[in-house]
Amino acid sequence: MPLARILLTRIGYGILLLLAVLVLNFTLISIAPGDIADSIAGDMGGADASVIAEIRARYGLDQPFLVQLWRYMAGVFRFDLGYSYFFETPVTALVLERLPATLLLVVSAQVLAIGLGVLLGVMAARNPNGALNTLVTFLSLFGFAAPVFWTGILLIIAFVSIFPIFPVGGMRDVTVEGGWLAQALDIAHHLFLPMITLASIYIALYSRLARAAMQEVLGADYVRTARAKGVPERTVLYKHALRNALGPVVTVAGLQFASVISGAVVVEAVFSWPGLGTLALQSILARDTPTIMGILFFSSLVVIVFNILTDIVLRMVDPRIKGG
Amino acid sequence: MSAPLLDIDGIVVDFSTRAGDARVLDHVSLDVAEGEILGIVGESGCGKSMTALSIMGLVPQPPGRLTSGSIRLAGRELVGLPESELCDIRGKEIGMIFQEPMSSLNPVLTVGEQIAESVRLHEGASPRAAMARAVEMLRAVEIPEADLRAKAYPHQLSGGMRQRVMIAIALACRPRVLIADEPTTALDATVQAQIFDLLQDLQRDMGTAIVLITHDMGAVAELADRVAVMYAGRVVEKGAVGTVLSDPRHPYTRGLIACVPHLEPDPPAVRAPLLEIPGVVPALTDLGRGCAFAPRCGSRIARCDAEKPPLEAMDGGHLTACWVARA
Repeated sequence: MPLARILLTRIGYGILLLLAVLVLNFTLISIAPGDIADSIAGDMGGADASVIAEIRARYGLDQPFLVQLWRYMAGVFRFDLGYSYFFETPVTALVLERLPATLLLVVSAQVLAIGLGVLLGVMAARNPNGALNTLVTFLSLFGFAAPVFWTGILLIIAFVSIFPIFPVGGMRDVTVEGGWLAQALDIAHHLFLPMITLASIYIALYSRLARAAMQEVLGADYVRTARAKGVPERTVLYKHALRNALGPVVTVAGLQFASVISGAVVVEAVFSWPGLGTLALQSILARDTPTIMGILFFSSLVVIVFNILTDIVLRMVDPRIKGG
Repeated sequence: MSAPLLDIDGIVVDFSTRAGDARVLDHVSLDVAEGEILGIVGESGCGKSMTALSIMGLVPQPPGRLTSGSIRLAGRELVGLPESELCDIRGKEIGMIFQEPMSSLNPVLTVGEQIAESVRLHEGASPRAAMARAVEMLRAVEIPEADLRAKAYPHQLSGGMRQRVMIAIALACRPRVLIADEPTTALDATVQAQIFDLLQDLQRDMGTAIVLITHDMGAVAELADRVAVMYAGRVVEKGAVGTVLSDPRHPYTRGLIACVPHLEPDPPAVRAPLLEIPGVVPALTDLGRGCAFAPRCGSRIARCDAEKPPLEAMDGGHLTACWVARA
């Protein structure tokens, strides 16, 4: 099947999945006790039943469930995800404003984790009795065992308090002036610690995966063939073996995107990174349902998009994968 | 007689295993002249493939190590050469094909690229010239529509085609020696015959010396000029194919020949039973002091259990390592 057709099929499935996610989210949140009216009434220090009913009517909460769902879905098709009472902004604008920060954090952490993890895995597989192999084992134990927020706090203590070389949080320094380069460097400076924190678990995961896959591939007959052709060891490793070992890493990396995004929520909270994670935390505490659903919608969208990208990458790496 | 092209002299390869050290190759000496086909036969695990890997400098180490002996290619010592120089010899001076065509080709690279890579490495050819050579090689191994097949991935080819591709890879730089390690074991009988024909044709055209490792006695009889029989890491008999096959001296060689089924157009009333050699190849970790074949040998004498027989010239014009044959 040509790639374009596979891609179209995937996008079609993705849209259906997104609709299902919307309906499910909406249903789950409607079932949960309490709504904005309760929250507003609470903020006002208590209100009588008629006021609460009036608030419910204003937000359309007095309508039957199916009508509410219909209105919401109809809105989504106009890119209108409702209005946030708490932030007093349309949800779409609110989420789109925060999305780039989260994407930057998530993508850079994934790229770092995949790159470093694969490199460590390859070097460890090459020499199973070497110090690097022990390092990979140690790193993966540490990465799996240490909670993300704890790693983050440790890094803050080390590189903000003791050796103050990184800013404590946020995404940019308002005092920095200059062109886009100065701005970009400033963002990179702020990004470093949260990125390392978020990547730490995944470096552990990918290095173990890459090591296991490489160890298997290095014993394969075609690796022996490459050596018998006189291919230098480095080329054997990175051209003949690694491409065959990448499959499992790419597959898992694609599946992990959802978990990286949830990990980002915690990391953003620790480093007050102005992304979707901090927004999610605020809106959950405020029972700001439209915003929560908007965030869920966009994170589902991101996960689906990255799954489609993963599929394309897998096909580029391994020509044996066929069909939809 | 001029010096042989490939001269293997008394190589010893040891493997450290959990059960102790195993001597995988025990003073193996072989030589191949230019344009000659040398057959190496023996059961699985008797050291045939390890001999091939030793020539290539590809003995996995650890656990293996070549402890002594020398391997000379046209007078040049290969044992102890640094890896970078060995890389220049592999694929250029000595080509090798393996027994598993299904898994010996890299699944993520086109077959054209796998042939061209070797040409680029050893001859410094441009990518375009290397690919042109790859197509030419595919044509030489009689693959139809070679220019299209060059763009195919291994999984799109049949087993016989893949073995042809392997041969094309091994011969792409016109090596002086080709080591074929059971090149037809995994293939259908009809395809086996085609591959052997192809090897013979290519050998005639290019003058490549071939080390043919096989347990197909028929193939040896048909293709090889000389044959070496290996058992438990040692060469037990070697000589010209005609003499060894018609007048085998070692009981193991006789056993191997008796195991080959014959096609008879007129079966006699009483068929001679197909023979087998009783027992199995011994574990290399606990070889006794005597002849390794003694426990399975029908004609053994007391001396066989006490002392290893040396490889010595027989009156038939070939060499055998057997006390009984000498007596």
